[in-house]
Amino acid sequence: MQRGPFNWKTVWPYVAVFAALLFMPLALSRFYVYITAVIMVTALLAMSLNMVVGHGGMYQFHHAAFYGVGAYTFALVLTRTQLPAWVGFVLAPFAAAFTGLIIGWFCVRLNKLYFGMLQISLGSLIWAIAFRWYSLTGGDDGIHGIPIPDAISTISSSYYFILFVLGACIIVMYMIYRSPFGKTLQAIRDNPERCETVGIHVRGHQLFGIVIATFFAGIAGVLFVVVEGSVFPDLLFWVLSLEVFIMCLLGGWFTFAGPVLGAAITVGLRTFVGTYTEYWTLILGVILILLIFFLPEGVMGFIIDKTRGREGAGGLTDAKGRIHQ
Amino acid sequence: MLSSLGVHLLVGLSRAMILFIVSSGLSFVLGVLRVPNVAHGSLYMIGAFSAFTLNQVFGGGAAAFWLALLLSPFVVAGVALVAERGLFCHLYQREHLMLLLFTFALMLILGDLVKIIWGSDYRSITSPELLAGSLPILGSSFPKYNLFLLIVGPVVAVALWLFTNKTKIGKVARAAAVDREMVDAIGINVSWVFAFAFTLGCFLGGLGGALVAPTISVSLGMDHDIIIEAFLIVTIGGLGNMWGALIGSLIFGVTHSIGVLLWPQFAIVFPYLAVVIVLVWRPTGMLKSVW
Repeated sequence: MQRGPFNWKTVWPYVAVFAALLFMPLALSRFYVYITAVIMVTALLAMSLNMVVGHGGMYQFHHAAFYGVGAYTFALVLTRTQLPAWVGFVLAPFAAAFTGLIIGWFCVRLNKLYFGMLQISLGSLIWAIAFRWYSLTGGDDGIHGIPIPDAISTISSSYYFILFVLGACIIVMYMIYRSPFGKTLQAIRDNPERCETVGIHVRGHQLFGIVIATFFAGIAGVLFVVVEGSVFPDLLFWVLSLEVFIMCLLGGWFTFAGPVLGAAITVGLRTFVGTYTEYWTLILGVILILLIFFLPEGVMGFIIDKTRGREGAGGLTDAKGRIHQ
Repeated sequence: MLSSLGVHLLVGLSRAMILFIVSSGLSFVLGVLRVPNVAHGSLYMIGAFSAFTLNQVFGGGAAAFWLALLLSPFVVAGVALVAERGLFCHLYQREHLMLLLFTFALMLILGDLVKIIWGSDYRSITSPELLAGSLPILGSSFPKYNLFLLIVGPVVAVALWLFTNKTKIGKVARAAAVDREMVDAIGINVSWVFAFAFTLGCFLGGLGGALVAPTISVSLGMDHDIIIEAFLIVTIGGLGNMWGALIGSLIFGVTHSIGVLLWPQFAIVFPYLAVVIVLVWRPTGMLKSVW
């Protein structure tokens, strides 16, 4: 495995994609620009989840709760307070990370499935509150027509805003992924017992990983509001969590950029299959089953396997299908 | 006040019986196959929709109602068996999350199939004369159908207990839950034990759907509501433990009805809060997990 935080061979495809995205609004219609923006927001959400699921090996089953907390915080700052918009930008990721700290603090004491289940119940608690607290959150209607600052309210300016925030986030995430902390988290994923034995504070690392991931989920929530101009309780619902989880598996959860691909495939399918037939989830389900049978390491894992051989993919080292108690 | 509390609790208990029947099926699959079956809610939904259709096919009288109630779980079990033998059984050697992913794909497919077959309209089933109307209990009225549910729940619990403890196949399934290699080693075809356990679990899901159909409007999306509740119930009860599923359902149903009484707007928060308290207090559930 290559060391060092920066390596042109792995970085150039990202730079190429970034450059292509930079010129996209000039060439394509508003609709495609909008879809690309949605894909980018979803990609950030999926990548933040993958930090804990793929790299940390934790069953983060209710990631959308933090995404929703970020989105709702931003929306509430813009609609219910007189504070300037940038306060919302800053506050929302921290609110999400704080929620992540509290929920994570309970969850990291449990393993695997119990971790996931406790998180679902805690996340559902947040969903239920947002769903019912009509006077604050608008209940099941949500909040619509949020006054986005003028500078990023048009489709192309919001597109560029999202692109640059996403780019910055990816660089930071990549640095975390390659940092000693990131490596430790991956080691905990592969063999928690051994990490414990050599003196790594397993629970502390996991909790910190959750806090970082939920921080990025909060940023994704802000970006969602920038694109859509509205929030609704479905953002916090467990179905979305599962969908994002699937994106990670679909793209390749042992890779760094896999979730982006997973997000692009899922959003793309929903949009384009959705225009032909209302049964797009049926088609997504069939594609998922085909992937499970033929590409078990996800699309990105498959590509890396073909281009670079086994070493780049990380490998399914501890994948025996057991639940560790 | 006191009488309305009593009736509220009884309604909560009868809802807990539905939750128990559905979550015991989920728990059984989880215990034996060790797979959290996300598609379980979809099978519950299919149970409700097929009860509606069978009820219509048989003419809509009292006999049609009972026939539909009896047959629709078998329809669901058939669907489950086909999915298991056709696709799922080839994945047992694979990584755990892949099995979860498969059941999610199954949920997406079944959800859309229901939409294709039954459309997105709301459907309802009227319960027969015998179970329609209400009875005066504790000074207020209590629906007869809920009383029926209060009887069916314990019957199913006892039947399930007899089945898993007194019959050979039930014992084999329990043994496979604890140590599948050993069951394999003594010459029992574990793959078929899994097929059987999956089908039985889904049968219970379908039975829950058929039973709940007269009390709610049958529609798309009912799978999403039930599955999360069933998962939480199974978790707080102890994974794979049938009695745990019963206790979990009672906690869920009763806290919800207390919530409705105390603070109707936030009633749905109460059961989730109860789950959090139980899991923080006993992280691996109230009763011993089977594995």
